[in-house]
Amino acid sequence: MVLDAKIPGGPISEKWDRHRFELKLVNPANKRKFTVLVVGTGLAGGSAAASLAELGYNVKSFCIQDSPRRAHSIAAQGGINAAKNYQNDGDSIWRLFYDTVKGGDFRAREANVYRLAQVSTEIIDQCVAQGVPFAREYGGLLANRSFGGAQVSRTFYARGQTGQQLLLGAYSALSRQIKAGKVEMFPRREMLELVVADGKARGIVTRNLITGETETHAGDAVVLCTGGYGNVFFLSTNAMACNVTASYRAYRKGACFANPCYTQIHPTCIPVHGDYQSKLTLMSESLRNDGRVWVPKTPGDKRAPKDIPESERDYYLEIKYPSFGNLVPRDVASRNAKAQCDSGKGVGDTGFAVYLDFADAIKRDGKAVIEKKYGNLFQMYEKITAENPYETPMMIYPAVHYTMGGLWVDYNLMSTIDGLFVLGEANFSDHGANRLGASALMQGLADGYFVLPYTIGGYLAGTQLPAIGTDHTAFKEAVAETDERVSRLLAVKGKRTVDDFHKALGHIMWEYCGMSRNNEGLEKAREMVKSLRAEFWEDVKVPAGGKGFNQSLERAGRVADFLEFAELLLIDARERQESCGGHFNEAFQTEENEALRDDENFCHVAAWEFTGVDKDPVLVKEPLTFEHVKLTQRSYK
Amino acid sequence: MSSKKPLNLTLKVWRQEGPKQRGKLVTYQADNISPEMSFLEMIDVVNEKLTLEGQEPIAFDHDCREGICGMCGAVVNGHPHGPEKGTTLCQLHMRHFEDGDTIFIEPFRARAFKVIKDLVVDRSPLDKIIQAGGYISANTGGTPDANSIPVPQRNADKAMDAAQCIGCGACVAACPNASAMLFTSAKISHLALLPQGRPEAARRAIQMLECMDEMGFGNCGNERECEAECPKEISITNIARMNREFIKAALGSEE
Repeated sequence: MVLDAKIPGGPISEKWDRHRFELKLVNPANKRKFTVLVVGTGLAGGSAAASLAELGYNVKSFCIQDSPRRAHSIAAQGGINAAKNYQNDGDSIWRLFYDTVKGGDFRAREANVYRLAQVSTEIIDQCVAQGVPFAREYGGLLANRSFGGAQVSRTFYARGQTGQQLLLGAYSALSRQIKAGKVEMFPRREMLELVVADGKARGIVTRNLITGETETHAGDAVVLCTGGYGNVFFLSTNAMACNVTASYRAYRKGACFANPCYTQIHPTCIPVHGDYQSKLTLMSESLRNDGRVWVPKTPGDKRAPKDIPESERDYYLEIKYPSFGNLVPRDVASRNAKAQCDSGKGVGDTGFAVYLDFADAIKRDGKAVIEKKYGNLFQMYEKITAENPYETPMMIYPAVHYTMGGLWVDYNLMSTIDGLFVLGEANFSDHGANRLGASALMQGLADGYFVLPYTIGGYLAGTQLPAIGTDHTAFKEAVAETDERVSRLLAVKGKRTVDDFHKALGHIMWEYCGMSRNNEGLEKAREMVKSLRAEFWEDVKVPAGGKGFNQSLERAGRVADFLEFAELLLIDARERQESCGGHFNEAFQTEENEALRDDENFCHVAAWEFTGVDKDPVLVKEPLTFEHVKLTQRSYK
Repeated sequence: MSSKKPLNLTLKVWRQEGPKQRGKLVTYQADNISPEMSFLEMIDVVNEKLTLEGQEPIAFDHDCREGICGMCGAVVNGHPHGPEKGTTLCQLHMRHFEDGDTIFIEPFRARAFKVIKDLVVDRSPLDKIIQAGGYISANTGGTPDANSIPVPQRNADKAMDAAQCIGCGACVAACPNASAMLFTSAKISHLALLPQGRPEAARRAIQMLECMDEMGFGNCGNERECEAECPKEISITNIARMNREFIKAALGSEE
């Protein structure tokens, strides 16, 4: 297979305009003749489904939760970037583009990132028109903050609930189209198979999570907006239902999976407290704007933080990175926290935590100002830990948060299967090896509101799509595969629960493929995952029958796919013999322990083609060229 | 973090096979529960045990487990989302219970919410209310520059207060009339407080309230239980604002 990214010609700033002009259009009267299946209702899926319906397409929208308003985009706290330059501090489309390419450690596709920066400004306009209650200044204009390593204030926010408010905006647009009859909504559905007929994505197989029935849906194109795969680590900041199944099923059907080893570990999460723990909670990194990160200078110092004098505290980020300080990008902040804890300077019961201290900010600005900025985050922290961060420093530790890898897509957001489009976190293209704060919301909405609605038109207008019903053999085969899998899961009748296997998988992945990796560990982990997978199919215990509401069976299917996908992630991590962004191989680091890229040999997208379970996937490379942002060693000194 | 000793608890959990079957409270022991666990992690532990014993685990809705998605919720000791103020069930921690406690766990009950299984209920009528008018009709594209619509900070803050609703349905479960007034008024207030929302304000108020009635939700009796139990502490002043919007609309005012 050869990957053609279909990047338009011409100067980078004109590519998107030129492409939009060159794309074929679907006649307005013909749009209603097309049906598009949109899977997932987060920022990408919700905005895409609503926008396509507004244009006149028939849309079927699917979500795993009981309502499209609950997708995990809702949990994003900090904000959304846009190159508005409202603060007159020197921001521009070019600067947002530059920061994103550099922040991604030069492993993203320039043309996509430039487009992302271009449409970022329209997103804010759109959201305000929908009634998203962004924070405002006294004069009534929009407020901004600097966020996650940016040196300009380009982040728009709605208290600590920006994701929620943006999602409710997309959900309201979607609701309006449901009412108008242009979107048919299918909640409590899980996509279990992609249907490919005559080489094109033409439908999906879903499980009705209430009745347990296997259902089929046919359409002219399929749009996956099914999020990331962070839960392969079991413990992550993802919601419990987040999973890789839809993407992985598409991979098995021929969609290449790109850069699965690019996983983001977020530096500011509440530390793990017990083996019963089901998930980790993120504290927005906007907290790093005012909080100071420190550990005791002496390893093993168990004194309470208030008893440790200033002179015995190590503000390691401020010392090591004088110009960025506590605002270094996520990967850098996370690795430094790990290094401090590994050297015995970690705090808390487990020693796997560092302090994030607001005492200076409260002294400087007053409690009221801090409360206005972070009140809900402080409250959340106190609810979980029973400690008051106004009085004692927070304890934080890195946790898996976001996955930059995903299904490979071209400039049109189409995968290697014709008619299968992939948006948001589920695709791979814009963040490279590390995502900057407040960029995920931007990308999800860019894809859904402003990219797909154009590019899918080009596909539909330029492709022969014979009418296909769900009685086509491709559907029958997909249903048979799905039912067979469910029967297999129920037939094992073993002795270990699904969660038990998931936790075991998570331990392997975190230990050997987490914040830092080495070849020996990755190889060992691959063998461990293989044998865990074999054991799963011999010893998993899934209660009750396949018909009806069965949450254990739902999870079993997801974990079964994670057990296959984990191996792909490990293979990709082993193959990439360099360090970049979120992928840190201990053998490749600078003298100052920063990620050391190998642009000579690894300046490419690693896309993997499925060849069978227990068989090595085939690596297909898309070379990356950097014409506008010079390849340099990232430095945040 | 505190290292309190583990709790041994008795749970009385509502079990119901499906919407048409009769349900009943079933007693389970939850032993050796860490006070640091969340309430849902405690149910996870019980479910693991039930599964290994060959029994069917307790069905319950949950997803983000950080208090924002609105998916979780059950009535715990008579309170939707449990006894802690301003807290979703997933954010309720076991340190708020005592060793030896008996805890009653039941689904959100309302005429409009059918039980699907055990603690899982059908809250789709809330989506229907939003579909009836809980939006600003702005198609994608062609919107004016965001700063061309100034919004006084006070109004933006109030709109945000209302917009925080997570749509969990606790207000309905708390209300003696199973009314969805707090939910509906939060959306009406959020949009009515913003200049962008004014053009459709009258139609929105009428359509959403009509839909609320159609879905089988009751009326507000000023009990204020909804406000007391709301995990996001949405204020009932939103109901007053909704009523003003509704009366203005019903009297035929031009938005």
